[in-house]
Amino acid sequence: MTQDRLALGFIPLVDAAPLIVAEELGFAAEEGLSLNLRAAASWSMLRDMLDFGQVVAAQMLSVVPVARALALGGGTQQLEALMVLSMNGQVFGVSAEIGQALGDLPFGDPLAAGKRLAGLGRDLRIGVPFPFSMHTELLDYWLPRAAPDLRFALRTVPPPRMAEALKAGEIDGFCVGEPWGSHAVALAGARLVVSGAAIWSQAPEKVLATRAGWAEEQPDRAGRLMRAVWRAGRWAATPQNRTTLAELLARPEYLNVAPDLIDRALTGRLLVNSAGPEIEAPQFQSFDQGAASFPWRSQAAWIADRLAQRYGLRLADAHNRARATFRSDLYRLHLGPAGAALPRSSEKAEGVLNQSETVPGVTTTLILPRNRFFDGQIFDPADPL
Amino acid sequence: MHEKLRIIIVERDRDRAHLIVDALREAGDHQITVIGEESGLARRIADIRPDLVLIDIANPSRDMLEELALASGPMERAVAMFVDRSDQGLTRAAIEAGVSAYVVDGLRPERIRPILDAAIARFHMFSRMRNELAATKAALEERKVIDRAKGLIMRAKGIGEDQAYALLRKAAMDQGKRLPDVAQAIVTAAEILG
Repeated sequence: MTQDRLALGFIPLVDAAPLIVAEELGFAAEEGLSLNLRAAASWSMLRDMLDFGQVVAAQMLSVVPVARALALGGGTQQLEALMVLSMNGQVFGVSAEIGQALGDLPFGDPLAAGKRLAGLGRDLRIGVPFPFSMHTELLDYWLPRAAPDLRFALRTVPPPRMAEALKAGEIDGFCVGEPWGSHAVALAGARLVVSGAAIWSQAPEKVLATRAGWAEEQPDRAGRLMRAVWRAGRWAATPQNRTTLAELLARPEYLNVAPDLIDRALTGRLLVNSAGPEIEAPQFQSFDQGAASFPWRSQAAWIADRLAQRYGLRLADAHNRARATFRSDLYRLHLGPAGAALPRSSEKAEGVLNQSETVPGVTTTLILPRNRFFDGQIFDPADPL
Repeated sequence: MHEKLRIIIVERDRDRAHLIVDALREAGDHQITVIGEESGLARRIADIRPDLVLIDIANPSRDMLEELALASGPMERAVAMFVDRSDQGLTRAAIEAGVSAYVVDGLRPERIRPILDAAIARFHMFSRMRNELAATKAALEERKVIDRAKGLIMRAKGIGEDQAYALLRKAAMDQGKRLPDVAQAIVTAAEILG
């Protein structure tokens, strides 16, 4: 059988797993596809590769398609998210020196950590991978609320350089995706303080992005690709497959780091400092659990809400533009028949679930995971603030 | 008469940086600065206040430049992504050649074009050189494997070099495989069995 070869872009990160697994474990081949996976060195490079058709789809920061729809940042094309590739997986950490100054502080308490950071009485420079990223959004949501007196500035630092930048004193802390937080612990003596999930337990981190309109121009290909990636995400989320997944991602052509660094993100058991205890970070990262791959329009609206406030855009307009970039309609069309559980609505209030809840879906029930902001706020897209 | 443009080239490799600078000099009289060190890149660029920044598309530090497009206070000039506003064809050519350009908002396309054309030509040359280097390296590697396989056959069968090579070539032809692949198989087998 001749296979249809598609070029896909990714960044060497644990959450590139669904794309890598789709190709390596035959989920793509089952759909008659062969994926030419092309690593990019930066998010801007990956975005340009999408813009200029060097790849048809890419792992992308969930904020980027929304930012583009709001005409923020670089890029020439409108992008859209066909599905979510991963939830959370971010971790905030600080330099060894600041880690020591924070003293005795449990991991994963955003309020206590905020107070302690403000109590240091100094400005903080915090590294993030990209100006338009969930890392930026989570910090910008968390710090002003938990530490109103803290002055901080965000600096863009490529994730593989985070440890080096910390050591060189260019930054005091970081918020980054794995394995680069654990890498900073190992190489720069960093201390991990809070996971992204502790700030918002259901933050969409990466999406499968294409140029707007591609999936409608090529519905057959889009369907095949989405099914392959969805099945790969389910495989990656299965606990028995973790060891194999860590070994696969660790290969030189993918992440090129030790498998045990990757294992930490997959199990949610992080080493918070180089000497320190291993802790369990709840809901650290997920590829599949609880309809994780469904692109909720309310997620896009939340992102737009944050961006609109920061850049002074009109809220209602921003919400509407953003919603259209998360293609829950295409998800229903292509993955419903494949067996994905579909919610009845494509929007939900974010931050309302104190624990996971079973809700009726279109044909089967769905389990929606705990969905909380650290400060208990609720974002209802039907009734924005 | 136009004012000189301030151009920054972000490039770690000194030889490559020199080649780019030479190409740009031919495209006009500009003030060119090379930044080779990636630490504090954004701040250094902000200090120089360039009209144009050129950076390899595969440079991981590119994302730092995206930040500059946003972090402009009222007194600062925005560094906009070139691809936002100008000639799409030119941008595509640049991206395909492997160079990305950031220009200050409002700089006229006709002033950018000669510089970009020169940079694009130079980056095409780099990728040709890279491909040639990779091909040469691969050929050398294959040569080495074939020599090792020849040596193994010569020792095992007590024959001369020409005969060993003839055997290797015949095996490749009979099996419909490439000579280096057969040689590799022999070397691997010898490593395991030896």
